[in-house]
Amino acid sequence: MRHSIRARLLLILLITTGVAWLSAAAWIYTNTQRQVEHVLDARLEESARMVSSLMSTDTVEAAMSAVASPDSLPAIERQSPYLRQLSCQIWSMSGKLVSQSEGAPDVPLALSGDGFSERSINGDSWRVFTVSNAERGVQVMVGDSVEVRRTLVFGVMQGTLLPMLALLPIAGLLIWFSVRRGLSPLDEMAATLANRAADDLQPVDTTRAPTELGPITSSINALLSRVASARARETTFTAFAAHELKTPLAGLKTQAQIALASQDSAIRDHALKQISSGVDRSARMVRQLLDLTAADAPGSVSQAAASIGSVVRDVVASLDHVAERRRVTTVCSGEETSAAIACDVTLAGIAIRNIVENAIAYTPEGGEVRVAITRASGVVSVVVDDDGPGMAAADLAHVGERFFRARDASSFGSGLGLSIAETVMTRCGGTLALTNRADGTGLSVRLTFPMSAA
Amino acid sequence: MRILIVEDDPVLRDGLQVGLQLSGLQPDAVSNCADAELALLANDFSAVVLDIMLPDGSGLDVLRAMRDRQDQTPVLLLTARDDIADRIAGLDQGADDYLGKPFDLDELAARLRALLRRGAGRATPVLAWRNITLDPATLEVRCAGAVLALTRREFSLLHYLMERPGQVCAKRAIEEALYGWQEGVESNTVEVHIHHLRAKLGSGVIETVRGLGYRLGSEP
Repeated sequence: MRHSIRARLLLILLITTGVAWLSAAAWIYTNTQRQVEHVLDARLEESARMVSSLMSTDTVEAAMSAVASPDSLPAIERQSPYLRQLSCQIWSMSGKLVSQSEGAPDVPLALSGDGFSERSINGDSWRVFTVSNAERGVQVMVGDSVEVRRTLVFGVMQGTLLPMLALLPIAGLLIWFSVRRGLSPLDEMAATLANRAADDLQPVDTTRAPTELGPITSSINALLSRVASARARETTFTAFAAHELKTPLAGLKTQAQIALASQDSAIRDHALKQISSGVDRSARMVRQLLDLTAADAPGSVSQAAASIGSVVRDVVASLDHVAERRRVTTVCSGEETSAAIACDVTLAGIAIRNIVENAIAYTPEGGEVRVAITRASGVVSVVVDDDGPGMAAADLAHVGERFFRARDASSFGSGLGLSIAETVMTRCGGTLALTNRADGTGLSVRLTFPMSAA
Repeated sequence: MRILIVEDDPVLRDGLQVGLQLSGLQPDAVSNCADAELALLANDFSAVVLDIMLPDGSGLDVLRAMRDRQDQTPVLLLTARDDIADRIAGLDQGADDYLGKPFDLDELAARLRALLRRGAGRATPVLAWRNITLDPATLEVRCAGAVLALTRREFSLLHYLMERPGQVCAKRAIEEALYGWQEGVESNTVEVHIHHLRAKLGSGVIETVRGLGYRLGSEP
């Protein structure tokens, strides 16, 4: 089921409001009841004592008979439920009913002694206060109907709750509007995002968004910037691949046309040689692009612990013919090191091969490329030194930038090899460091692999 | 006609150099933006073949710098990315023509000839002076209808003079137009070629203006 923040908020607010109102009603109810009880009890007691004290005077008989006259209060009687709520009985100590107010039951209102008591007579509940007048030898009982008390409380409750109930829908509507209004930044953001063109990867304006949306907008912006950089990289890659693949093709075609058109055998031979080397370069380029794809490919790096010695041996052996053709000697040292590195065998091979290949390419004829494996605590380093021209300080700063090519790299393809190596090293948690050799000209490349924990 | 080739791929650069030479042009080649800037400042080229993606920057920057300093040399862009937006951007930045890689060498040569022609203010492909015609496309020279056999240098020299009928051309300028940087120029080579041309075309065609240079004969 889909969650709706609006529905949730609405529900929560309605429930909490309802609960608050109900508690208020309950509080008002109990409080009113207590107050009513308190006031009416006090009145009962006061009335009973008043009657009892009146009886101590001589005028009581006349007064009592006047009150007891059934015709004295006929008109008012029917007008209000709050009239005639009190009943009074005077009993002699011997249990004889001396006097009673109009409408009072004939049986005693209370059976117990002095003080408050309750009794049900003919289905009516009575709250009674009894006081004994020892001087006159009577017991005065004043009671009122519990039902009347309830009516009183109910009246108060009704007066309080009815307006509240009437206001409930209005409150609900107000809550609904508030929730809507409160959540409008969400709607605005959704609308902004929905109206975006597919290629608009500009960050969302965070200055106008409320702070609560901050984490969301910054996550969205982070995602957008990742997408943008991925797209930029893809565009750069497409342009680069187009250039790197179409340019050799253009070279091949041009040379082929020259070979076909020229009558001069020297020119033709030269063109054919160029074609041959062009094909080699293209083949290497295709392989490097595939290497790069492999190094970039998402998914877990297989941690097949590679023995560094054998990886280096294989790489150097596979490049023997290239070195031979360029009359460059490759010298290995420490290749008996069998330390297992925490890097995929294929990827490690790709990284090392690209570095050694570059070294061979930049080393002049008769020069030497030295590959040395050294072990230190927890890491294995492969250092590749060449006799080439080294690199300008300005270029060293750009190394590893994908598709960067040093100014005079034109003699041998692109700087793709370095970015491939760097990608692999970053992936397996190692490092790639380039320095110009201190002991003469040439570049020294150090690949540092973490050692396998196993 | 000296052409500057700016291309970083060695095989293509070599192919362009050899191929354009076969088409009767004198190409010089560089492989990056910085060298291109230097070459353009130091020499007078008739046209530039410019790759866009270069190791130290974009060929479009070289083009913009040229146009900014009022360099009117025709520029033909070479690029691997030949989508329309790319082409429009190149042309709008002052390029005169555009070829996507891979291209046909003959087409490139033909487009360059067209650029050179326009650069010289001509529309007709074949140059004519008196009874001599010179066709840059076929490298054919006819004198009174008969085809003459000229060497590459002789052809280039005649081409240079026929582009400027009646103008006195300094020997230095002719040398520069005829030879690239790599070719050493003997001090008397231009004289030697003039001598051979006179033998083939007749003595009245090329005049020597003492102390200044050469020009096509002023009197018919």
